[in-house]
Amino acid sequence: MTDLTSLTIAEARAKLAAKEITAVELTDAYIGAIDAANEAINAYVAVTPDRAREMAKASDARIAAGKAGALEGIPLGIKDLFGTEGVHTQACSHILDGFAPRYESTVTQNLWNDGAVMLGKLNMDEFAMGSSNETSYYGAVKNPWRAKGSNMDLVPGGSSGGSAAAVAAHLCAGATATDTGGSIRQPAAFTGTVGIKPTYGRCSRWGVVAFASSLDQAGPIARDVRDAAILLKSMASVDTKDTTSVDLPVPDYEASIGKSIKGMKIGIPREYRVDGMPEEIEALWKQGIAWLKEAGAEIVDITLPHTKYALPAYYIVAPAEASSNLARYDGVRYGLRVDGKDIVEMYEKTRAAGFGQEVKRRIMIGTYVLSAGYYDAYYLRAQKVRTLIKRDFELAFHAGVDAILTPATPSSAFGIADEDLASDPVKMYLNDIFTVTVNMAGLPGIAVPGGLDHKGLPLGLQLIGKPFEEETLFKTAHVIEQAAGRFTPTKWW
Amino acid sequence: MSIVDVRTPDPKRFIPGATGDWEVIIGMEVHAQVLSNSKLFSGASTEFGNAPNANVSLVDAAMPGMLPVINEECVKQAVRTGLGLKATINKRSIFDRKNYFYPDLPQGYQISQFKDPIVGEGKIIISIGPDRQGQFEDVEIGIERLHLEQDAGKSMHDQHPSMSYVDLNRSGVALMEIVSKPDMRSSDEAKAYMTKLRSIVRYLGTCDGNMDEGSMRADVNVSVRRPGEAFGTRCEIKNVNSIRFIGQAIEYEARRQIGILEDGGVIDQETRLFDPNKGETRSMRSKEDAHDYRYFPDPDLLPLEFDDAFVEALKADLPELPDDKKERFVRDLGLSVYDASVLVSEKSIADYFEAVAEGRDGKIAANWVINDLLGALNKAGKAIEETPVSPAQLGGIIDLIKAETISGKIAKDLFEIIWNEGGDPAEIVESRGMKQVTDTGAIEKAVDEIIAANPDQVAKVQAKPSLAGWFVGQVMKATGGKANPQAVQALVKAKLGIEE
Repeated sequence: MTDLTSLTIAEARAKLAAKEITAVELTDAYIGAIDAANEAINAYVAVTPDRAREMAKASDARIAAGKAGALEGIPLGIKDLFGTEGVHTQACSHILDGFAPRYESTVTQNLWNDGAVMLGKLNMDEFAMGSSNETSYYGAVKNPWRAKGSNMDLVPGGSSGGSAAAVAAHLCAGATATDTGGSIRQPAAFTGTVGIKPTYGRCSRWGVVAFASSLDQAGPIARDVRDAAILLKSMASVDTKDTTSVDLPVPDYEASIGKSIKGMKIGIPREYRVDGMPEEIEALWKQGIAWLKEAGAEIVDITLPHTKYALPAYYIVAPAEASSNLARYDGVRYGLRVDGKDIVEMYEKTRAAGFGQEVKRRIMIGTYVLSAGYYDAYYLRAQKVRTLIKRDFELAFHAGVDAILTPATPSSAFGIADEDLASDPVKMYLNDIFTVTVNMAGLPGIAVPGGLDHKGLPLGLQLIGKPFEEETLFKTAHVIEQAAGRFTPTKWW
Repeated sequence: MSIVDVRTPDPKRFIPGATGDWEVIIGMEVHAQVLSNSKLFSGASTEFGNAPNANVSLVDAAMPGMLPVINEECVKQAVRTGLGLKATINKRSIFDRKNYFYPDLPQGYQISQFKDPIVGEGKIIISIGPDRQGQFEDVEIGIERLHLEQDAGKSMHDQHPSMSYVDLNRSGVALMEIVSKPDMRSSDEAKAYMTKLRSIVRYLGTCDGNMDEGSMRADVNVSVRRPGEAFGTRCEIKNVNSIRFIGQAIEYEARRQIGILEDGGVIDQETRLFDPNKGETRSMRSKEDAHDYRYFPDPDLLPLEFDDAFVEALKADLPELPDDKKERFVRDLGLSVYDASVLVSEKSIADYFEAVAEGRDGKIAANWVINDLLGALNKAGKAIEETPVSPAQLGGIIDLIKAETISGKIAKDLFEIIWNEGGDPAEIVESRGMKQVTDTGAIEKAVDEIIAANPDQVAKVQAKPSLAGWFVGQVMKATGGKANPQAVQALVKAKLGIEE
């Protein structure tokens, strides 16, 4: 019998439908894999085997009754940012110690409504702030990938590092993730998985712990493009509880897989050729261009002139919103409380103990840029830049471009506790250089593996699409996937 | 916001100081709780008086991942109020976050409107007076803006020796903050403004106006200056919760500031609190201690947008407002401006009056409502809502007078009986034999008896006919007030041979 955990969602779905396997068997296989691997990988911060088996049993009953949902019996990992009723929901922060909500986020509820099975909660950077998953209160996640001939532990990227690592290491069939500045796409690129950040408003934010409300968007990380399409179809919905969600029908994304991209116009933005970008990234990008050309797409050079301002503007807008969103963690109603002699001291002690260094840094930056006398110079200006970035994309799309191809990250995965990065937070922030523009413009972006670098580590390509045209991204990413192949790490754990 | 002085200094309103006259400048920010079944951004109930923390949703408690969803009814209420203030309605407005930490503010920010409020400039006409000549003076007070915002919860510091308790029932309830221009020049004007504003929101049904329940409270900005000079430094008196206290706080604060200035001092811009027990204001925090609220647009909420049709539909359904009602009472019912002003001052009084006046003489109804009903209520310390005499009962009394079933004098007695005991006016008159005697024979007999018994008076009357009233009075007395006074008068004159 094949290892059930090696099945993609589409494959597992077929076997479940054909009654070759049961949901309980599939779930048990994953629980076994998690038991065996999680100590080494640290992808899960909470495993829910009892609930998983219960859900799997119910799935088997529905399959038997011919009432299977779109994700019936598929075991998934859920990023700790998503509210899951009665289950660990702590954004991997000390300040949310012991918090398990009385509610279920809209996205996860959509998944359960379609029959998916929850395996547990996945590690992440604290409050989704980070690009290496090292800011988690629960410790770093190890990338299932290692460089050829090396035993050095690498980061899986962040903030959805647990999601990407769990998918790459076959500790779940697929995972939910969120992306505020690249938190789905960068870890997907670092782990050889596929991650899509849909258009802002495609997935409800209700019940998802907020980082930066105007940028946060949920999406899946999956083994391949088809699985990502299957997952997004279930996750996405309009939600009256999130007024920024958009009332558009959710298409059958999977139907776009395998469709021709002949005649499509793919834009190559010159501004994404950044200084000091490794040769290999440049080569990967060229390779991607060549694949799409071969498949009949027309390649056009485009300009997105305000790109260079995106990262600095992002690091004003996101911390500003975060500084306000995180004000509710005050020790009064839930989570951690460190007593003090009065209310102010209680706040100070609680927040000093409860937030990690990176979260504090961003709260400080956000508080500063919103302060009287600085608001216009920072926040307001950053919002203007944001408008310009958005317009850059609009102009490109208006000129007939259907999608834009860029590298997903400026490098492959780096080492855990990298001293160079630890000494300078801005270097870490530069990881998001190709991805933040997409959040600033609210566009959909997908990261798909393009190959391995000289160290044998995965590299990703990014496709950026028009608002609510995720189907274009799926069919184009699938072309790249067909050409590049799929990448699985060698098991060392 | 540019501050423009639209008033001409008026010596009537000056406050005499030791070194000359002063003028007080007042502007107000009134927080009015929106009448709605649920909160501004959550479905939780707004019912007053429920057990602590009974009206709290996940949004109100600021649980992680919760999102605000605007309550359309609250938006409508704000627009209605804006229309009532003859204000500009902004079809696009923006909700901002006002950030500060407090235990009864679960989100760590209040959702408010900062740069782009839902309602822009408007006005309220207040009426000052009557003066000794019985004249009213109308003064226009400018409205700067009206915006929607969330109320905070309530901290209770007296429930436990070392801890504070928090009640989030009020957390997230919709408030309208109505900001006036600094157009008021006396405590009377400020009180009249608050009274009129309360009356308008009550007419509109957008706020219950119950200041004792905290549904309406005012932050009063006060400064003083020499008449005609530039505005002085202002102090803000926070959360004044009665119209009387508004007057007292202004009087005290103006005097305090004048005292400091006359002693050569300067006014520190600060926030002050009014202590109703001592009748004085005291410093709460100085400008240096003011919060930096770090306002920014709430990214959880899209800009609030609606079209002309939305506003027009609300406008079409707007009830008659006090100024229009007053005008109609004067024009259509022939009431005096004074009477009309009294009757429209409170919607409940106007409603009562209109119920009484329906199908009856407006002036007579107005007299009864103002002199008898309001007089009695005032004496008993009751509000019109607590009146023991219903509009139907008072109408019944008036009808009995008109039908000449009872005299005006008996009517007063009847009113008192109904006030104390209740009952149907016609039945009471019937059962207690209060009917007016119109039987000429019986009256004639009484007149004859009085004339016969008082020959001296007869002589006097014949010398001076205007003294006939004495006989009328005696007859009325003899008949227990039940005789028809017109009939008595006619008979007395006829019997004494006085020309009509």
